Amino acid sequence: MSTMTAADSRSATRPGPHRGGIRHDQARPAMWFLAPFVALYLLFIIGPALYGLLMSFFHTSLVKPGLSAFAGVGNYAEALQSSDFWSSLWHTIWFTILTTPPLIALGFVLALLANRVARGSWFFRLAFFAPYILPSAVVALIWIWIYTPGLGLLESMFGKIGITVPNWLGDPTWAMPSLAITTVWWTLGFNFVLYLAGLQDIPRELYEAASMDGAGPWQQIRMITIPLLGRTTTLVAVLQVIASLKVFDQMYIMTAGGPNFSTRSVLQYVYDQGFTNYRVGYAAAISMLFFVVVLAVSAVWFAIVRSQERQA
Amino acid sequence: MASTTLERAGARTGGGVTVGQVTSRTKLFNRICIGVLIAFAIVWLIPLLWALDTALKPNAETTTTTWLIENPTFAAFTRTLQDTDILRWYAASFITATMTAVFTVITASMAAYALSQLHFRYKNAIFWFILAGLMIPGQVLIVPQFREFESIGLLNTFWAVVLPQVPTAVAVFIFKQFFDGLPRDLNEAARVDGAGYWRIYRTIIMPLTRPAVSAVAIFTFVQAWNNLLWPLLVLTNPKLMTIPVGLATVQGQFGIRYADTMASAILGALPLIAVFLLFQRNIVEGIAGTGLKG
Repeated sequence: MSTMTAADSRSATRPGPHRGGIRHDQARPAMWFLAPFVALYLLFIIGPALYGLLMSFFHTSLVKPGLSAFAGVGNYAEALQSSDFWSSLWHTIWFTILTTPPLIALGFVLALLANRVARGSWFFRLAFFAPYILPSAVVALIWIWIYTPGLGLLESMFGKIGITVPNWLGDPTWAMPSLAITTVWWTLGFNFVLYLAGLQDIPRELYEAASMDGAGPWQQIRMITIPLLGRTTTLVAVLQVIASLKVFDQMYIMTAGGPNFSTRSVLQYVYDQGFTNYRVGYAAAISMLFFVVVLAVSAVWFAIVRSQERQA
Repeated sequence: MASTTLERAGARTGGGVTVGQVTSRTKLFNRICIGVLIAFAIVWLIPLLWALDTALKPNAETTTTTWLIENPTFAAFTRTLQDTDILRWYAASFITATMTAVFTVITASMAAYALSQLHFRYKNAIFWFILAGLMIPGQVLIVPQFREFESIGLLNTFWAVVLPQVPTAVAVFIFKQFFDGLPRDLNEAARVDGAGYWRIYRTIIMPLTRPAVSAVAIFTFVQAWNNLLWPLLVLTNPKLMTIPVGLATVQGQFGIRYADTMASAILGALPLIAVFLLFQRNIVEGIAGTGLKG
């Protein structure tokens, strides 16, 4: 992102042949080229965003036209006092904690290993990346079957080595870790590919010089690979945290937020309040609170990238 | 290209170090690497193989958990094709995902062309305004978007699925990056020759932009195909449902017919596995390129 801004401001300030006449000459065609995208963007992104903000201050109902009665900050106050909201936020964060570290660590380690292997890279890419492009519904159906008590593959595999497994999706303590396992399997490929690309950007002379100096493979990884992948890791981490915070599909299909609401995420809470209880004003307020959380994560990322660039 | 870079990466470990320097320690290390990697790859493939294995059994055989298939049959697949609306769902997914991809490529590349190649006032402001869209997760907009489509009477139409998915800031960003890399005077030279901007965009710029077009098109297509939450809200008519919505809706109805459930999952996965095998390179490169530069 920052590379782009640098390039952009350069081209804007550069005194070039485009000064004077030609410059303003292009305003009209530029408008026509921008119009289709900007129109859709205003109608379906910016418009709804502002409307959602407005709605969050009203007792808007799904089944009544208009905004209904003014609520002030009532919806926000209610959300912040609601134990359901806080528990759904906690479930979302718990899911993020359970998925982010393994997805980053496994993505890194497997990319590192795959990068050392000369042949068969297509096979590893297929194995790790293929699940990523499957629809959540397909992934959910397969894993519900794997987790099925009594018949599931996991229970039988662990049973063979004498381990009794929990009732994965049916046990409130285990439901969330089960969803996390499914998610790690499903989305690992994305991080794997990002790390693989990052690894290939490291000049191989560095490794050659290090091995001349007698550094073993482990030392090379510690002294060269890990530090040079710092930027990739920040990127992977922030994309991962945001993706995990937005979790909805897995819960919706695999547990419907249960058992006993133990896996209801923020987005599912929005869905339940807005489309099951028809309280869209309140649902909009929760969406806004959730938006603030995502923005905060993005802001932290931006700050980290800035400081990394200053060091570089 | 991805495969060549991978081969180069392979050559780095194999060819970068001369034979004499390859210590037994390094050899052992590499062998452990391969072992661990293969073990993980197998673990990762098991769920898919297990789904296929189950789908090839008669429903009655799924009550014993074994990889062995005594009476292999395609019956579960034919039943799914006959008893569910899956063929309609394919059509719905195909139509909505294709429309989303086509509209996204056209509108985003046009906007990016203006932002990259043309000069006008407030260009940076507009670019930042569009980039701000990156910050808004689509999911926080579902409530107001739903009301919007309700009030314009487009619920239960494909337009409701397609339109909100088209204006994606990321696509503009990818195209702009690509256009910024094109020679600066391309545009001016064509102008001198008397070509209009639309002709320059269509006959000069876009043909040079194939890699970005395919990356954006494939990603938009896969994302639109896999989207669950939004189509779930706006498509309640079973005949219009997309594959994810249809599968999520009927999953309960299969009950204990596990072979049928897995057959439906595999049928739902097939088009994307085909897309993946056909465009593996573009997909992997697309993620690597946009991810790191973005």
